[in-house]
Amino acid sequence: MRFRGRVFKFGDNIDTDVIIPARYLNTTDPRELAKHCMEDADPEFVKKVRPGDIIVAGKNFGCGSSREHAPVAIKACGVSCVIAESFARIFYRNAFNTGLPIVEAPEASREIQEGDEVEVDLEAGEIRNLTQRKIYRVKPLPPFMKELLRDGGLIPHLVCKYRNLRLEDE
Amino acid sequence: MKRPMTMAEKILADRAGVAAVEPGELVEVPVDLTLANDITAPLAIRIFEETRISRVFDPERIVLVMDHFTPNKDIKSAEQVRICREFARRFGIRHYYEGGACGIEHALLPELGLVVPGDIVIGADSHTCTYGALGAFATGVGSTDLAATWITGRTWFKVPETIKFVYRGKLKPWVSGKDLILYTIGDIGVDGALYRAMEFSGEVIRRLSMAERFTMANMAIEAGGKVGLMEPDRKTLNYVRGRAKREPRIYRSDRGARYLEVREYDCSKIDLQVAFPHLPSKVKPVTEIPEIPIDQVVIGSCTNGRLEDLAVAAKILKGRRVHPHVRTIIIPATPQVYREALRRGYLRVFLEAGAIISPPTCGPCLGGHMGILARGERAVATTNRNFVGRMGHPESEVYLAGPAVAAASAVLGRIGSPEELGLKEEA
Repeated sequence: MRFRGRVFKFGDNIDTDVIIPARYLNTTDPRELAKHCMEDADPEFVKKVRPGDIIVAGKNFGCGSSREHAPVAIKACGVSCVIAESFARIFYRNAFNTGLPIVEAPEASREIQEGDEVEVDLEAGEIRNLTQRKIYRVKPLPPFMKELLRDGGLIPHLVCKYRNLRLEDE
Repeated sequence: MKRPMTMAEKILADRAGVAAVEPGELVEVPVDLTLANDITAPLAIRIFEETRISRVFDPERIVLVMDHFTPNKDIKSAEQVRICREFARRFGIRHYYEGGACGIEHALLPELGLVVPGDIVIGADSHTCTYGALGAFATGVGSTDLAATWITGRTWFKVPETIKFVYRGKLKPWVSGKDLILYTIGDIGVDGALYRAMEFSGEVIRRLSMAERFTMANMAIEAGGKVGLMEPDRKTLNYVRGRAKREPRIYRSDRGARYLEVREYDCSKIDLQVAFPHLPSKVKPVTEIPEIPIDQVVIGSCTNGRLEDLAVAAKILKGRRVHPHVRTIIIPATPQVYREALRRGYLRVFLEAGAIISPPTCGPCLGGHMGILARGERAVATTNRNFVGRMGHPESEVYLAGPAVAAASAVLGRIGSPEELGLKEEA
């Protein structure tokens, strides 16, 4: 998996209320949610973001509410990947479950600047800052998370397993 | 001999069917109860239906509470609830709550005895960690994790390291569980317990009411915690008795269990706390804050909407009027809390003080409805989050506090304490 895009930079503790405010949670439609992504942090964000762009943030990205609408909104507005110093644990699970690639990379998160052109190569385990000409190594994913990504998320992973189980019952 | 384990490790090891677990290890465990609300359930239902699997693992272990936008605030939210209602009827889900049966989920489930000590609970709501006060391993997940458990009855966890918090000494007047947890979050920060289990212990915790214990466990997530556990004691078992539908399993941390860290607090030095915008960790003692005029007070939520919280508010508001500039919204968390507050005369006190009594709803806490803030407005709330735009306009402000500070502030028209009204709490 490889992504390339311009960087939108945010600070520490970007919470899920800022990512998608609760006033828009009366729908589950990804296109509707995408219209309001990051609205309370940067009202212009959805107008500026282009498919493939990358969010880079500080510590504890996605803290607060468990709303899966948050990674759904980020993905649906075209963002290809989120890089942060650390992620809140519910958001971390939700991102893998919904197929939003996220990368924990403290040094890269601190040094990458708004507007930088960045390439993320999950296979090679690298983040390449093309603007600053700098390469960062990324911690490899835990095997279970890799399995989830390989199967296309938690549900396809389980459906596969569940159907096998049912066959055994019969 | 088995190596000593923390409570979190013991629950996970036991339920995973292994002798011991190590922090960092992934375990798969059966889930005793799953929960979703009118925001997260519709997404879980869509995900579940896309699999075309035609049965749920156990309809008795699925709880759906339509509490966030109740009474339904607009057509879209009414449609979301319709999806949940139809799903509940189709699969014979008895624990479906809306309308007059609906309460705020994390107050309602323990009250109905649906969660018991030793349970593993996942909820598509981050404050599911509230049930840690009962000694249940309970944590928030997203809609996909929840839908997956509706299929399999199981989920996976990374075994967390545990941070132990020990509370000693005697509480100052009016100081409650809310002040202790705000102080703790202020101490360790909003990611101070990220990926970790928090274990609350000490003589002060043993003396707290169940309501205050729920308040503390509820906010474990505001420090990033996976769970906020308390060892069950006689108070816990008395609370569960007569409500519980299943046998409790009692887990306590072993002597010699390994903790990532142990933090001790001398509670006789902890004042009433207020968390400033826009993080729950930005706490200050109420005695050290400047004059901050306010526009709204909210007393309620899954954090502080229980009978004991309303009792504190009633004690302060009795015979007083709320400040004319302060909309004071009081939200009993469940129908049972509402009835009991009526019986005890609290509701009359609130009405005579000029407060608004709301039906049980999450409403204003998440900026849903029933008390939204305009640009530049300030609220004191007994809720759990004060993020940007949490209760309305992105340029509004929320100050988090316990019921004593909230009620006193409603009268004062600015953030303050009951002592400024000349009120003394009997120790």
